[in-house]
Amino acid sequence: MNVADWVVLLGTMVGIAAYGSWRTRHIRSLNTYLRGSQSTGWGTIGLSVMATQASAITFLSIPGQGFESGIGFVQNYFGLPLALIIVCAVFLPMYRRLGVYTAYEFLGRRFDRKTRLLGAGLFLLQRGLAAGVTIYAPAIILSTVLGWRLDLIIVFTGFLVIVYTVTGGSEAVSLTQKWQMAVIFGGMVTALVVLLVKLPEGLGFSGAAHVAGALGKLQAVDFSFDPSRRYTLWTGLLGGLFLSLSYFGTDQSQVQRYIGGGSLREGRLGLMFNALLKIPMQFLILLLGALLFVFYQFECPPLFFNQSEWQRHARGPDGSTFLALEERYAVEVADTQKGIRAWLHARTSQDAAEESIARATMLEANRRAAAVRSEAKAALVAADPRAKTKDSDYVFITFILAELPHGAIGLLIAVMFAAALSSKAAELNALGTTTTIDFWRHFRPLAAADEARNVRVAKRFTALWGLFAVAFALFAGFAENLIEAINILGSIFYGVVLGIFLVALFFRRVGGSAVFFAALAAQALVIVMFFSLTIGYLWYNLIGCATCIALSMLLQAVLGPRAPGDGGGAA
Amino acid sequence: MTRPPLPDQRSDAEPPGLPGFRTWRGVYLFVFGWFVLVVVLLAMFARIFS
Repeated sequence: MNVADWVVLLGTMVGIAAYGSWRTRHIRSLNTYLRGSQSTGWGTIGLSVMATQASAITFLSIPGQGFESGIGFVQNYFGLPLALIIVCAVFLPMYRRLGVYTAYEFLGRRFDRKTRLLGAGLFLLQRGLAAGVTIYAPAIILSTVLGWRLDLIIVFTGFLVIVYTVTGGSEAVSLTQKWQMAVIFGGMVTALVVLLVKLPEGLGFSGAAHVAGALGKLQAVDFSFDPSRRYTLWTGLLGGLFLSLSYFGTDQSQVQRYIGGGSLREGRLGLMFNALLKIPMQFLILLLGALLFVFYQFECPPLFFNQSEWQRHARGPDGSTFLALEERYAVEVADTQKGIRAWLHARTSQDAAEESIARATMLEANRRAAAVRSEAKAALVAADPRAKTKDSDYVFITFILAELPHGAIGLLIAVMFAAALSSKAAELNALGTTTTIDFWRHFRPLAAADEARNVRVAKRFTALWGLFAVAFALFAGFAENLIEAINILGSIFYGVVLGIFLVALFFRRVGGSAVFFAALAAQALVIVMFFSLTIGYLWYNLIGCATCIALSMLLQAVLGPRAPGDGGGAA
Repeated sequence: MTRPPLPDQRSDAEPPGLPGFRTWRGVYLFVFGWFVLVVVLLAMFARIFS
C-alpha cells in the first residue's frame, strides 16, 4: 500500500465515522437514540438493513466460496425474499403498532416476563458471541496479508465503531451505514471491472463464464434431496426461509433498523428493497469469485493463498517437500491452461467429438491441479497439525493487492473495514438497546420515566458490549471459515427464537409457561443434535422452530387451558 | 388475558405509494414474482454455461 491507498482508506473510515458522530452529537431523546430519526426514508432503511447483514466476511469469504466451491452458496439466500414479505406483512406492523423498542418487548406483552427475558437472553448470547467474530474476521485476514498487527487492527476498528455508535445511537448507525454502503458498492464494482479487464485477451466475460461453467463453478441451483448436502434449492428455501425469518423478524440488530422511520411505508419499502436486490448482489459477489478462479487459470496462482502460513512451513525442515509441490503445481496449472485454450478452440470448431475430448482433457488437468492443492494442505497438516488449511478467504484479498492499481487497493481495503464497521455498529446498537430495555429498565421500572438517564445507561451498555467484543476478538480463537461460523452459530439459536415468536403470533391458546419450557427443551435438542449429527446446519433453523412450536402446543394441552396469569401483559 | 395483537388495519390500508401498485399485496406479489424469475434465470445461467 502506498500513500494514495492510505489516504483513501483512512479518509473513508475515519471520515464516515467522524461525520456520523458529528451529525448526531446532540441527540438527547431516547426514541431517536434507540429508533433513529422520524424522518428516515426507505432508502436509508434499505441500505441500513443491507449493511447490517453484509459484514466484512461477506466480501472476504464469499468470493473465496465462489473460487473454491462455485456459486451454489447463492441458494443460501433463496428463503430471504419470502421471509422479508412475511416480516413486512406480519412482524413490522405489529412492532410499530405496539411502539416497542425491542422485538422481545412484544414477547413480554404476549406471554410473560420469563419468556421475554428468555428471548432477549438468547439474542444477547448469540449476538454477543457473534460480535467477537465480526470484529475478528477481517482483522485476522488483513493482518496476515498486510503484515499489520492483529491486536492493533482489532482495537482501532473496535474503538472507532464504539465512538460513533455510543455518540449517536441508532441514528448514527443508519447515517454511517448509508455512506459505508456507497464505499462498498464503489469498491466491488471497481474490483469486478478490473478483473474483467485483466482476463486474457479474447476471452471476455462470455468465454470466462463458459470456462467457469465447464469447470463446475456455476452450478447455481442444486435440486438434490440429499440432506447431507449443505446448499441445495430445498435447504435454501426451507432452512434459508427460517434463518432469514428469524434474523429479520426477531434479531434486534435488524429489527432496530426498520422499526424507526417516518411511517410503516418507509420500513416496508426498505425491506422490499432488500428482497429484490439481495440474491442478485450475492450472485455477483460469488460470480466474482468464480471469475477469479478462471483468471488464476491463466496466471501463475500461489499454490496456497494464505502465503504467510505457507511460507512459515516452506522455510522449515520440510521445505523441500513444499518446493516440490509448488513445482508440480506450476506444471499442472500450465497443463490446465493449455487444456482450457484447446477446449475454447475446439468449441469454435463445431466438432462435437473434438470438443468432448478437449473438455475431458481440460477437466483431467484441472483435477490433477486440485489434487496437488489437496496434497499441499495435507503437507501443511503433516508439518503442523494446527496449521490453517483453508485459504479461500485469502483469494480475493490476494487479487486486490496484486492486481489493483494504487488508490483502488485502499478503496477495497476500505470496503472490508466499512463492512466490518457497519455490521458491528448495528450489533452494538442492538446489544446496548436490549440490555437497557429488556433487562436494566425491566428490573428498574421506576427509572423508566427518566429519559436522560435511560439514554446515559443505553450509551454505557453499548460501550460495554463494544469493549466485550474487542476483548473477545483479542483473546478467542475462531473457526477457519468465518462466515459459516456465524451462520452456524445463528442457526443453533435462531430457530427456537423464531418458534417463540410464531407461537406468539399464530397460536393464541398457548401461554407463557408452555412456550417457555418448550423453548428450553427445543434449544437443548438442537444443541445435542448439532454435536451428534452431520446434517446441513440450515436445517437446525427448521428443527428448532418446529420443535418449539410442537412442544408448546403439547405442553399447553397437558397443562390445560391457560391460566389468567399465564398470558402476559404485565411484562 | 392478552391476545396476540391483530395486524394494524389502518397501516395495512396505507397505500404503498408506488406507481402501478395500489395495495401492499400487489407489492408482495411483484417481489415474489421477481424472486421466481431470479431463480429461473440462475438455473438457466448454470445450464447455458455448464
